[in-house]
Amino acid sequence: MTENKTKTVEMTCICCPVGCALKAEILADGRVQVTGNKCPRGAAYGEKELISPTRIVTSTVRVAGRKDAVVGVKTASDIPKEKIMECMKALRNITVTPPVAIGDVVLKNVADTGVDIVVTRGIRE
Amino acid sequence: MSRREEEVVIIGGGPAGLAAALSAKKAGCERILILERDKELGGILNQCIHNGFGLHTFKEELTGPEYADRYIQMVLAEEISCLLRTMVTNISLEEDGWKVVTAMNKDQGLLEIRTKSVILAMGCRERPRGALNIPGYRPAGIYSAGTAQYYVNMEGRMPGRTVVILGSGDIGLIMARRMVLEGAKVQCVAELRPYSGGLKRNIVQCLDDFGIPLYLSTTVSAIHGRERVEGVTLTRVDENGKPIPGSEWEVPCDTLLLSCGLIPENELTVGLGAQMDAKTNGPVVNERLECSISGVFACGNVLHVHELVDHVSAEADKAGRFAAAYVQTEGRLI
Ligand SMILES: Cc1cc2nc3c(=O)[nH]c(=O)nc-3n(C[C@H](O)[C@H](O)[C@H](O)COP(=O)(O)OP(=O)(O)OC[C@H]3O[C@@H](n4cnc5c(N)ncnc54)[C@H](O)[C@@H]3O)c2cc1C
Ligand code: SF4
Repeated sequence: MTENKTKTVEMTCICCPVGCALKAEILADGRVQVTGNKCPRGAAYGEKELISPTRIVTSTVRVAGRKDAVVGVKTASDIPKEKIMECMKALRNITVTPPVAIGDVVLKNVADTGVDIVVTRGIRE
Repeated sequence: MSRREEEVVIIGGGPAGLAAALSAKKAGCERILILERDKELGGILNQCIHNGFGLHTFKEELTGPEYADRYIQMVLAEEISCLLRTMVTNISLEEDGWKVVTAMNKDQGLLEIRTKSVILAMGCRERPRGALNIPGYRPAGIYSAGTAQYYVNMEGRMPGRTVVILGSGDIGLIMARRMVLEGAKVQCVAELRPYSGGLKRNIVQCLDDFGIPLYLSTTVSAIHGRERVEGVTLTRVDENGKPIPGSEWEVPCDTLLLSCGLIPENELTVGLGAQMDAKTNGPVVNERLECSISGVFACGNVLHVHELVDHVSAEADKAGRFAAAYVQTEGRLI
């Protein structure tokens, strides 16, 4: 019932291309209830998005010794949304030296999130 | 001229070509050759460093290069032959039903490959900006969103610092976020139609997350600047797409990115004389993904523009099997 709800947020699930329209609400007992999701991933996303939104960040870092070359990297898991720009700043100083393989860690604990930055594309030599 | 014979020749080493090669091999073909004009396999995925690929195929969320790498590793493990930096220039049909694929590369010069079957997997490219009809000069600073994506994600070069994006297709939305992450200011995304052509999830995570406005029913009516873009005039349009007089406003920027859709890359298909579908810009195919010339199959974005790479891989998997079946009925090479 409406009087039991303390907060309702409408949002779009970003976990897959379907893009379900979710409604996430904090019930009086503190539990979060998500509706509109077509699969369990949506429920988990809705709860997180309401309480502490997170994102996976993908970017690039420089490759040492090569002109005009960068390689893709990502956060190994999602980080708090407000840490995105701090994460990007930390990546600016990173240079990798080939060879690198997918999954290699290039920076540990980015922006104090406890999450590592890993390479998403291999480079030989 | 170097000559060889194959059972299946695959044109394009993107996700479509890779998946088609794998399934043709699994279906029993031995003589398979992938021809790719780029210096590496993977196609356009190599520049799509964002995540969101592979949820269907691998049940996890991968970036473009990671998704491509899964297929590249499988193709290498199966020891399927590939020629890189090799550009296919022509496909023709012989009287005996064989196809002749003409290609060029630096090491071998001109190559002529006789093959039982061909799989078209050339992908798509972005609509050229000439089709945009914006009057005025063409100063520097105007790029297609895909070209900008290549500069930023492959070469680490920023096309500009203050950006307006015309067209709200997924590549434009993805590039809006990418440019902001790299320190640029993205003024807005303008979309001619009353709705966005991109996925809802991309509007949320690429625009809303960064406070980038999306103006629907809006177009760029003028580009300012002589040497370099200095700004654009945006204009609202009515339901017929006609500019509404008096609704113009100016937005300063040094870069205009155009994200106006993709078209299948079918010069070779047309050259071969295959029947084309005016709606999809791809060849007409039957339920076996075979075009009007028997033994020539098509899959991926060359057939029609796919929203998801997972669908491309699934379709290419079928094309590979049908090509293998064709080779079997027509008589194997070895
Ligand atoms: C700029 C851009 C960005 C995109 N971003 C996304 C995205 O974020 N998410 C998504 O799901 N989809 C995206 N797409 C769509 C994407 O193209 C498909 O998901 C998928 O990559 C299509 O696979 P494909 O193998 O059909 O084509 P491609 O990946 O384009 O591969 C075609 C290959 O054929 C080669 N080729 C073409 N002609 C010849 C020739 N004559 N001789 C030899 N080789 C040739 C090309 O070099 C290329 O490697 C994007 C497309 C473009 C153009
Ligand atoms: S709820 Fe499930 S189906 Fe709906 S968008 Fe989210 S992940 Fe996709």
